[in-house]
Amino acid sequence: MSILDLIRFKKQSSASTAKERLQIVVSHQRANNSNKPDYLPQLHKELLDVVSKYAQIDRERIQVQLQNEGDFSVLELNITIPSEAI
Amino acid sequence: MADAKVIVVTSGKGGVGKTTSTAAIGAELARRGKKTVVIDFDIGLRNLDLIMGCERRVIYDFINVINDEATLSQALIKDKREPNLYILPASQTRNKDALQQEGVAKVIELLKKDFKYIICDSPAGIERGALMALYYAEEAIIITNPEVSSVRDSDRIIGVLNSDSKLAKEGHEVKKHLLITRFSQARVKRGEMLSIEDIQEILAVDLLGVIPESQAVLSASNQGIPITLDVDNDAKFAYRAAVSKLLGEPEVAQQSSKGWNFLKNMRIFKGETV
Repeated sequence: MSILDLIRFKKQSSASTAKERLQIVVSHQRANNSNKPDYLPQLHKELLDVVSKYAQIDRERIQVQLQNEGDFSVLELNITIPSEAI
Repeated sequence: MADAKVIVVTSGKGGVGKTTSTAAIGAELARRGKKTVVIDFDIGLRNLDLIMGCERRVIYDFINVINDEATLSQALIKDKREPNLYILPASQTRNKDALQQEGVAKVIELLKKDFKYIICDSPAGIERGALMALYYAEEAIIITNPEVSSVRDSDRIIGVLNSDSKLAKEGHEVKKHLLITRFSQARVKRGEMLSIEDIQEILAVDLLGVIPESQAVLSASNQGIPITLDVDNDAKFAYRAAVSKLLGEPEVAQQSSKGWNFLKNMRIFKGETV
């Protein structure tokens, strides 16, 4: 065993350093890339309910997307209603 | 088929074993009697054909089918070992716009009529090819090495699956499975490698399997044999176990692995570790 090994023994393992670094970087990453707030599925469902009151559509015809554009976000709704359903 | 399933094999990071895993899982599903097609989405840099050992049989490709230059049956390559296994190779075109959503949708819908499992081998990165590979997926197998950059990129691709897939845009969720590859228990014991539990804790995705670092993987790819169809080895049985889990079937690998168990016992006897 070399002196280096003795020093390393006192330090924490490289795997636990990796885990700590990853936990930090992943939590930042998730905060920066969370272009999908929790309420989106609920909003999606409620929009579908409202539109369904007036026209026969299926769930796939409503698309809800939130896009970050610098310091603001754009909520994009795309609702396709087949002409026979109006 | 009515119950066709589209599964993407993805990772964010390159070189972690996406193509190896696609070939291994696709071949194993076919071996178990499921009609399976593996699709190479790495347009420009096709490699799945090489790993599957059919590179000399490629005439038409995925892009030819999208552009109506060939029919799907002309482009599909039937595996010579497994009658239920087919390969749809990538094109080598450098045209970045070759892969369009409508075209991919057309091919996937056609494949769904004939196949039980449609396995999409994603290119690395989060550019068009990777986004197209995951867009129609109902399930995702996330390939992760026990290494910081791979784990971080896996987390990133999980975020993309949660926001950019068709299911996510319709308010649903893509079912995600974690497949850890190039794993070494001996290095975890020495504190040199992230453990399975560490990776699961960070990514919070259900574990499908753990593939040990194995020399057999290179040997299989050298020969163009999916690892699950190669001679008995540790990685082969780990992939078979992962497929059992994917199918929700009890583990069957042990019955057919007497030779391997014998080898394993020898190793324990000799006190060797991988």
